[in-house]
Amino acid sequence: MQELLQHLANALLLGSTYALLGIGLTLIFGIMRVVNFTHGELYSFGAYAVFFLEAALGVNFFVAIVVAVIAGCLLGALIEFALLRPIQGADIDTTMLVMIGAWIFMQNSELLYWGGVAKSIKTPFPEAPLQLGLISVSWLRIFVLVVGSVLIVATYFFIDHTKLGKAIRATFQDHDTAALMGINIKGIYTATFALGSGLAAAAGALLGPVFLVTPTMGDIASLKAFAIVILGGLGNITGATIGGFILAFVEELGAGYVSSGYRDAMGFVIIIVILLFKPTGLFTRADRIG
Amino acid sequence: MMPPAETILSVENVAVHFGGLVAISDMTFSVSRGEIVALIGPNGAGKTTAFNVITGFLKATSGEVRYRTAVLNGLKPHEISRLGLVRTFQRTSVFQENSVFHNVMIGLHTRGRSKLWDTLLGTSRERESERELVNAALEILKFVGLEHRTTTLAANLAYGEQRLLGVALALAAKPSMLLLDEPVSGMNATETARFVKLVEKIRDAGTTILLVEHDMQMVMKVSDRVVVLNYGRIIAEGAPGQIQNNPEVIRAYLGQRKKRA
Amino acid sequence: MKRALPIFWLLVLFTLPVWLRDPYFLHITIITAIFIIAAMSLNLLLGYTGQLSLGHVAFFGIGAYASALTSLGFDIELPGGLHIVHAPWPAIAGFPVGIVVAGLCGYMIGKLSFKVRGAYFVIVTISFAEVMRLVALNWVDLTQGPLALNNIPPYSIWLPGIGEYEIWSKVVFFYVVAAVGVACYLIIQRLVQSRIGRAMVALKDNESLAISVGIDVTRYLVLAAVMSAAMAGAAGSLYAHYVKIIDPEIFLFIYTVTMVIMVITGGKGTLAGPIVGGVIFGFLPVVVRSYVAPAVQWMIYGALMIVIVFLLPRGIVPAIEQYFLNRKQADRPPDVAVLADLDAPKS
Repeated sequence: MQELLQHLANALLLGSTYALLGIGLTLIFGIMRVVNFTHGELYSFGAYAVFFLEAALGVNFFVAIVVAVIAGCLLGALIEFALLRPIQGADIDTTMLVMIGAWIFMQNSELLYWGGVAKSIKTPFPEAPLQLGLISVSWLRIFVLVVGSVLIVATYFFIDHTKLGKAIRATFQDHDTAALMGINIKGIYTATFALGSGLAAAAGALLGPVFLVTPTMGDIASLKAFAIVILGGLGNITGATIGGFILAFVEELGAGYVSSGYRDAMGFVIIIVILLFKPTGLFTRADRIG
Repeated sequence: MMPPAETILSVENVAVHFGGLVAISDMTFSVSRGEIVALIGPNGAGKTTAFNVITGFLKATSGEVRYRTAVLNGLKPHEISRLGLVRTFQRTSVFQENSVFHNVMIGLHTRGRSKLWDTLLGTSRERESERELVNAALEILKFVGLEHRTTTLAANLAYGEQRLLGVALALAAKPSMLLLDEPVSGMNATETARFVKLVEKIRDAGTTILLVEHDMQMVMKVSDRVVVLNYGRIIAEGAPGQIQNNPEVIRAYLGQRKKRA
Repeated sequence: MKRALPIFWLLVLFTLPVWLRDPYFLHITIITAIFIIAAMSLNLLLGYTGQLSLGHVAFFGIGAYASALTSLGFDIELPGGLHIVHAPWPAIAGFPVGIVVAGLCGYMIGKLSFKVRGAYFVIVTISFAEVMRLVALNWVDLTQGPLALNNIPPYSIWLPGIGEYEIWSKVVFFYVVAAVGVACYLIIQRLVQSRIGRAMVALKDNESLAISVGIDVTRYLVLAAVMSAAMAGAAGSLYAHYVKIIDPEIFLFIYTVTMVIMVITGGKGTLAGPIVGGVIFGFLPVVVRSYVAPAVQWMIYGALMIVIVFLLPRGIVPAIEQYFLNRKQADRPPDVAVLADLDAPKS
């Protein structure tokens, strides 16, 4: 019982960052139809940025996280501007190949700069975990859950209530009409990519201190993000949020009760099962008429 | 009075719903062997949906489609095609990235006799089959008048020629009945006239034809019989002359006048 | 001229060991040739049916493991008390076993994922490769996990007069790889120049239209997946019995990327494309490696991939063909014999 509660608590804490990863990726796919393989690299970029700011420049931990997220947005905007804008309208395979190239480039430049040795990020939180009845939770993880949740809510608020958010939604529903209404589609693309990248960087900045920072941490993050997005349905933000928590629960329970070695395989098993039985994801409404 | 011809396609009480939206509410009509029948109606009347249901690209919510002795409901589109019921599509009815000759070779797919092993081992059956297909392809290209364009990439053809290639492609699949979806849309008068001749030639060669078309002049000229769809149901059926004077048909089209231009 | 060209290339291929005296270069050539076979197999899917398999290394790795385990034997306990013991078989038996097992996996993945195309297919194939890596890592009883399968025996063949001959020699192994490569090339060539290949190209070009002329799309997609996986499995088996040690790293995504780069650089959907791309990216690392760190080598790969998509989206081979086509714009009327030879799609 205690063990189960502990697993559930861990899953909840992990779920918020998974949701961030998923929302970022699903936004980009939903609006731009780009399968973004650099997503995981933005995630590791967020983690390395925090490490660098804190360890090398002595920046405060919390400030470092904020700066890392902003830097992630800027990097995302740059990628979109330099690599995707010139091939706008190309088929999905072409953009995919470009994104894979960018992914390999980014990952190996990290490897070159930081080396293969894992880095750990120091945090201002006490080592001793918080004891909540039967379960114990580290302060850092609570911080991650809180910030993650705040960012999820903020993203929703942004999409639903700001002018830019509304333009993004309009573009999502119908590119052509949005363009006719005078929405700057190119600008929306850049903004969307920046937003999605910022969310990935935030996830990395938050989970980097929990785990270790390595150049290949982005690979598994990318693949998990894909699993979350497929779980929730491509382009479905709420689906991605719930999908993030579901993946965290499945992983945590799978690792606890099946085999810890297969923890990372859970996401792929989910992908395969979902695609077999409900390829549109768990949370899609009835098909639209096309 | 001629004896009634044998019915080969019959559509009975077919309905198609998308979620809450009704695309076809109740459609019943039939086509006899050797006829040229036009399916007309204002935009959004459900004509292309009807094509999609007949050829298996869409599932009917209820009702039955029969072709000769076979019930088509539940068959996959490629299976329906192999029964001899072959269609063209509105816009992209050719393989853009392939040459004209290759387009027809692709269309001849089901006529090939070679099996996987023949292909891998390069047996004489493979070579014979390929030779037959090449000859058939050239014959079909000559039939539609594209024999001078064999090596041109389909995407580089003039629009009217692309439509001809679309028909050649469908003919390659050996249809006993051909469904043409807006075959002359975008063609000029000369091209249309040429196309009408081709359609008649195809019918005279023994192929039944059902077509969806907006060009009323063309429809009235080529069809033996016209079926009018509006809001997902059939509102009139008869010879071109009768249809032109049918008050309900005129009413259905009046609301659409402005769009027609 | 038309007939002389293949003979010329075959001569070059089969006299290569004579030119390459240096064992290191011979080694690189063998590894490159194995990867070219894998790239050719990927091209069948990516180039001809238009399905981007980003888990192609899974079939390569499965072929390698299946082949190695066939020749090494294993002793595993399955849940439910099932005990399976497999005594070592002659190494050469691993080759067909690797092909068949990889082909079966291709069938499975094909059936499973062709319901969903495009981005989904890509993600399913990546996931499949990653699951395979995790299985290889964690099913220690079978695969030794990270400790790797060691001492994989070389292929052995029975030769009249000599008896059992174990292929330890690099030169002889090169000829084995070359023979398998030529066989794969011929199989792919026959396939894509037949009505099967036309059906594949058709469904890539316009799927609905292909269906409407009676082409059973699923059948040809699955066929392509099986053939492609089986050839990748053959390449995997060659690899296992050449390097004689395999570990779960064989499933790394970066190997798939290498194959994809080879195909798109050379020209997807062309017969020569994977070979041209394979030669470039097989030998490029050797040149680059002596100057820069491996990380830089991969950065160059990544950047090249982007540059190629931007500048030569169709690849080198189609670009060269186009160049020669433009030069001899004589525009002679084509005769039927030429037409029949034009079967290879120009996409």
